[in-house]
Amino acid sequence: MLIHELSRPGRTSRAQQPRTCDLPSAIPLSELRGAPLELPEVSELDVVRHYTRLSQRNYSIDTEFYPLGSCTMKYNPRACNAAALLPQFLALHPAALEEAGQGFLACMHELQEMLARWTGMAAVSLAPMAGAQGEFAGVAMIRAYHEARGDHARREILVPDAAHGTNPATATMCGYVLREIRTGSDGDVDVGALAQALGPQTAGLMLTNPSTLGVFERGIGEIANIVHAAGGLLYYDGANLNAILGKVRPGAMGFDVLHLNLHKTFSTPHGGGGPGAGPVAAAEHMAPYLPVPLVARVADRYRLLDASERAQTIGRLSAHAGQSGVLLRAYVYARMLGDPGARRVAEFATLNANYLMHELAEAGFDLAFPRRRASHEFIVTLKRLKERTAVSAMDFAKRLLDKGCYAPTTYFPLLVPECLLIEPTETESKQTLDAFVGAMKEILHEAETDPQLVKSAPHTLPVRRLDEVRAARELDLAWTKGRSSPATTQLRLANSRPEN
Amino acid sequence: MLAAIGVDSIDALFDEIPAELTAAPAADANEGLSEAEVMRLVQARIGQDGGFRSFVGAGAYEHHIPAAVWQIATRGEFYSSYTPYQAEASQGTLQVLYEYQSMMTALTGLDVANASLYDGASALGEAALMAVRAHKSARKLVVPRTVNPAYRDTVRTIVRNQGIELIELDYDRRRGSIATESLARVDAREVAALVVPQPNYFGVLEPVDALTDWAHAHGALAIALVNPLALALLEPPGAWGARGADIAVGDGQPLGIPLGAGGPYCGFMTCRKDLLRQMPGRIVGRTLDAAGRPGFTLTLQAREQHIRRSKATSNICTNQGLMVTASTIHMALLGAQGLRRVAEACHAGLLMLLGSVSALAGVRRAFEGPMFHEAVLTLSEPVDDVLRGLRAEGILGGLSLRRAYPEIDNGLLVCVTETKNECDVIDFAGRIARVMDERPGRAFGA
Repeated sequence: MLIHELSRPGRTSRAQQPRTCDLPSAIPLSELRGAPLELPEVSELDVVRHYTRLSQRNYSIDTEFYPLGSCTMKYNPRACNAAALLPQFLALHPAALEEAGQGFLACMHELQEMLARWTGMAAVSLAPMAGAQGEFAGVAMIRAYHEARGDHARREILVPDAAHGTNPATATMCGYVLREIRTGSDGDVDVGALAQALGPQTAGLMLTNPSTLGVFERGIGEIANIVHAAGGLLYYDGANLNAILGKVRPGAMGFDVLHLNLHKTFSTPHGGGGPGAGPVAAAEHMAPYLPVPLVARVADRYRLLDASERAQTIGRLSAHAGQSGVLLRAYVYARMLGDPGARRVAEFATLNANYLMHELAEAGFDLAFPRRRASHEFIVTLKRLKERTAVSAMDFAKRLLDKGCYAPTTYFPLLVPECLLIEPTETESKQTLDAFVGAMKEILHEAETDPQLVKSAPHTLPVRRLDEVRAARELDLAWTKGRSSPATTQLRLANSRPEN
Repeated sequence: MLAAIGVDSIDALFDEIPAELTAAPAADANEGLSEAEVMRLVQARIGQDGGFRSFVGAGAYEHHIPAAVWQIATRGEFYSSYTPYQAEASQGTLQVLYEYQSMMTALTGLDVANASLYDGASALGEAALMAVRAHKSARKLVVPRTVNPAYRDTVRTIVRNQGIELIELDYDRRRGSIATESLARVDAREVAALVVPQPNYFGVLEPVDALTDWAHAHGALAIALVNPLALALLEPPGAWGARGADIAVGDGQPLGIPLGAGGPYCGFMTCRKDLLRQMPGRIVGRTLDAAGRPGFTLTLQAREQHIRRSKATSNICTNQGLMVTASTIHMALLGAQGLRRVAEACHAGLLMLLGSVSALAGVRRAFEGPMFHEAVLTLSEPVDDVLRGLRAEGILGGLSLRRAYPEIDNGLLVCVTETKNECDVIDFAGRIARVMDERPGRAFGA
């Protein structure tokens, strides 16, 4: 039931409202809302019970194993949240950070330095609000770099065909033409194809390493050399940094600029789809272009540097200083890790992934790259199973939900048919991994003996499989008064302005 | 586990990585801290922050947030779940998003909403790109100077590399709203959209009907940039002018999101239904399950980067899900009546402040136009000195406009929300008077 359907005329949560004020308004009548605002009329208990119950209709890291590949769903330590809910922090106005937020800025300055050290880069900006915005910043910096040198011929960004969709979409947003580079059968970028694509039109290459195929790009040294020799720059998509944190620094691999996903590697919560944070880090020659604001330490005080002091910056990406509350959570996490802890992240994430990959191979699952080591994630392909039983990766994923486990990423990367991209993360125990293998074996058996059971899954969740075609064809995107029957086209009539 | 894999050490699992890359691990400069140690450190640092009574707004507003909002929003089931790709295991998040979309369409009076963008400034940037896509031929955007300067900077960063030009529009020095006569000088044939802020950065209400009609008369879209709380009181964008604004964006921060040093906040976007397929971001729809029961799922994903890649409407992936959850709970708790009362209390507080300072020599209202909960004052003394003096008394007295609007002599942007009562406001006015009076040099009759 929707909160709107709990509504009863005149019911309120009175304690939440300020007293009525009898001062006359100075707003002209013509500017005042004509039609009544249709929001639910409910009590505080109605609200608390409704949303508490809704929360129970979610799978989450706190309640289930969540092996969602490329998303790094590791445990989010509660201390990080406790720090970000300190009342002094919550009350801090963004326009007064230098005057009233020195303690917060000290944390941010240290976070910049830790991220620079762990990535092997010269400088960091915490400004981007998510990974995709970090990518945007990084590619805009590449463009600014070439333009500052008067090199206007570089119109192309190269992206491997296995890349996240954000990479090509970012290239477009930065006004670049996209060119895809194919992947070889061993999962590495086809260096020959890359060499052929490079030229005076190349602005740069965006690369995730380890790649989205769950393997480390072994030719990275040569790739960096030929891209640089062609005058291009190397962008590191930090989506998979968890696999090598504290072990390998992207700077050492030859990357010029990169972004990190703090909501992946630095364990800030995903919150049902955000907020994230996507700091960018730059090598020395790229640092002048970093987005503002930057946190600087000047004579024992922390300051925010804006465009007036950073003449070559690509500019501002948000109204204030980025996702401060996410950054503070990441700071707490990073301090709890320290340098040895950072390395343990990569080691245990890699151990868990390789163990799980081995156990699933033993259980009869096909690996996409059976001769490769897993990074922090790996791919199982159900192509042969589907040919035999008609059970697809999607069916398999839905049946996993019945077994009390969130599903791995399905149908990404697009290169591997019927794929499950599985990322256990470092925070899961061997017992959880073994239970997951058990569930996978059960479903494999069900697919062979009773495929319909798998194809019609899930059976035990609040809803059965949802009709996505209907959702897109008979759009029902908002509740409207008086028409509460489900799944009828319910688009509100705009501009129904009553006379007043 | 190592034995099962068939290796003798964890290091062996990294054997595909060229040795020169792993040979020199980052220096062990820092040991990890325990939870107790890190909390002590952070409390010591953050504990020294803040402590001011604030009259600063400028796009981030202090409001009371009911206790239930964040107690529920930070439940692990909301806090630690991902974007709801597996709909059947994410009905909680999906229904919250659907309810949020419903509330935002009601507030803005438009047909459809997305499930959030990053913040208000970047949402305006996305609206600019969307308007250019929808218009097809025009690539110019009129952005008045009454739009928050940081928003204008952000839009510039976002659209710069796509050959989109921003045209600045000046404001009426007397009223503090867009100088409509200057619109006549804009070559409207190339304009894809006009941005209409309500209330504007100065807190002044814009002539939204005339501006919306101007955009439509010239074949451009009207992008409303609104404070969602103000819409509990003010005419919603869908009702502006003869046909209503086409897109509405803004920051949902006033709806249950704490100031928190500037973020995470919550960009929102709603639009007319015929623009739906140009809208960026996630959208949730209600549908039926295999048993014919209603349920919720992400829909129209063919607009998005994970499907459409380089042809997507935007590169946005992660949005502000948790802030949406908080805002939805906040709006449900307050309802239309509660939000309206908060908005009225803010407005009344500002009127009280303006009344209190009107008696002071050396403090004047900069603009005559009607206002919501912010106003620009001009001071007879250097504004930065006055703000420093107020800080010494434990007050953040507003935002200096010296850098962004040098033409306003000692301009101070002040804000009053429902968190300030009559005593606070009278006390504030008194302190301004005293600080201005006590400036060095004043005693000698400067």
